[in-house]
Amino acid sequence: MQDSLKSSSYQQLEQKSKYTNMFLRWFLYFILILFASYFIFPLYVMIVTSLKTMEEIRQGTLLSWPSGLNLESWAVAWGGRGYGAGDTFLRPYFWNSIKMVVPAVFFSTFIGAMTGYVLTKWRFKGDQWVFLFLLFGCFIPFQAILLPMARTLGVLGISNSVIGLVLVHTVYGIPFTTLFFRNYYISVPTELVKAARIDGAGFFKIFFKILLPISAPIIVVTVIWQFTQIWNDFLFGSTFSFGEAAPIQVALNNMVLSSTSVKEYNVDMASAIIAGIPTLIVYVLAGKYFIRGLTSGAVKG
Amino acid sequence: MFKWLEKNLPKIVMAPAVGLIGWFVYGFVLWTLYISFTNSKILPKYELWGFGQYEKLWASRKWLIAVDNLLIFTALFLIFCVVIGIILAIFLDQKIRAEGLLRTIYLYPMALSFIVTGTAWKWILNPTLGIQKMFRDWGFENFTFDWLVDREMAIYTIVIAGVWQSAGFVMALFLAGLRSVEDEIVKAAKIDGASLFTVYWKILLPMMRPVFFTSFVILVHISIKSYDLIVALTQGGPGISTTMPALYMTQTAFHKSQVGLSAASAMMMFMAVAAVIIPYLYSELRRENAR
Repeated sequence: MQDSLKSSSYQQLEQKSKYTNMFLRWFLYFILILFASYFIFPLYVMIVTSLKTMEEIRQGTLLSWPSGLNLESWAVAWGGRGYGAGDTFLRPYFWNSIKMVVPAVFFSTFIGAMTGYVLTKWRFKGDQWVFLFLLFGCFIPFQAILLPMARTLGVLGISNSVIGLVLVHTVYGIPFTTLFFRNYYISVPTELVKAARIDGAGFFKIFFKILLPISAPIIVVTVIWQFTQIWNDFLFGSTFSFGEAAPIQVALNNMVLSSTSVKEYNVDMASAIIAGIPTLIVYVLAGKYFIRGLTSGAVKG
Repeated sequence: MFKWLEKNLPKIVMAPAVGLIGWFVYGFVLWTLYISFTNSKILPKYELWGFGQYEKLWASRKWLIAVDNLLIFTALFLIFCVVIGIILAIFLDQKIRAEGLLRTIYLYPMALSFIVTGTAWKWILNPTLGIQKMFRDWGFENFTFDWLVDREMAIYTIVIAGVWQSAGFVMALFLAGLRSVEDEIVKAAKIDGASLFTVYWKILLPMMRPVFFTSFVILVHISIKSYDLIVALTQGGPGISTTMPALYMTQTAFHKSQVGLSAASAMMMFMAVAAVIIPYLYSELRRENAR
């Protein structure tokens, strides 16, 4: 008798906690979805706005659905309206960015791999200090180097050119790429390298035969990190280039700020999406590697 | 000769990187430091002038506004990013359905440039056609949200956009931290009768001290350097009400041609960053050596 009473009250208790649990569960999802909508909101607004006509924009609200798939503002953002002066559009600047990103990512990644390799597998006295020396470059506010950099690019005759931006991004990428490769290679057993050395393998042979074949993940992380940083850069782009040599972020900003006639928000939004799409695609396809880079090197502002 | 080359090959391979960083980072910072002690206007002059530029800087109303804004922005940016980041990380840690999708949504702003997101926020926050109009069309006719064009409030629009961009990143850091804790610890606490709330508040969050530290350093670093977002969202306006140090520096250098003064402001930023970063690097290095 007493036993059954006990168990029924226990059951009641369990029932109650089940209800509170269910309530908590709903609350949890509610909050998570609430934040998800906060994060998705600007992207949604950008996409629907880019598909509206200006008339629809004036009449509807931010959230209202476009009447149809109106791609005209995309065409204008990408290729302009076809009249000469003052017609700015993104296509040439998109290619500027590509021409800047590809060599800068390649060179900085290659140099980082080499330094990371030396710092972990060919250690020398004081190598820790050399690493620290390079690492500090991750943290400096670039304002502290803008003035001399502008003068240097002028002296070298490559200011306001894609080549100048390649140099800048390569140099200031080295601290990050070194950090990535150094932290990756340090977990590779040094015994492998020692054995190869005894067998008579040289510096480069060891790198290409032993280290490089196992480097795929860290190369992906580094390339994605560098690509995102350089593609999204605005400070260097806007300081060291203008007019025709500008990368896409600078062109986007100029387009949005240009106060000629009526503001065309649909074209602005289409332009913003075009400037953001390459990094967004990389993020969606390789999010895992993107996050890995972010958590190990995200000190760059 | 060949022997020597072979022996020193690793150092020769290192040399370009060390040389480039030595020149373009350390050399350039020293050059900026030197120029900040001269009376340079459009072109750099090399005779020393003492602390004049620093006195001018701290007497400038615009710089004081910039520093003020930086403090407001940093404080709010830190608090909101960390609170939102922790809430999202803990909630996502509860064996949630569609966790991958939610995580992707929370973090995608980090993949976009501040110019892109600034453009979007500028459009959303503009009073004539943005959120304000949306609410008015919905029937809230007195609804007002015009922070973007309000001198007093414009700085908070930068906080809104900045938090939106970076909160997901703090979430990722904390989620990684929480996942690295051994399950046994949580299980043991639950057997002892601790509620889920107690487990997090008393056990897990205190274990996240290094993650707090890392987030703090990274967020402060982002906020000191914030430049793109302000350019895209307000250009420092209305008036000069949302100027921040990074914007002050470039404007003084490239629009006002006050090279010496802008070098002084750059050095102030450099010192602020160093004050946060050097202790961080020191502790990281010690942790690594202890391993």
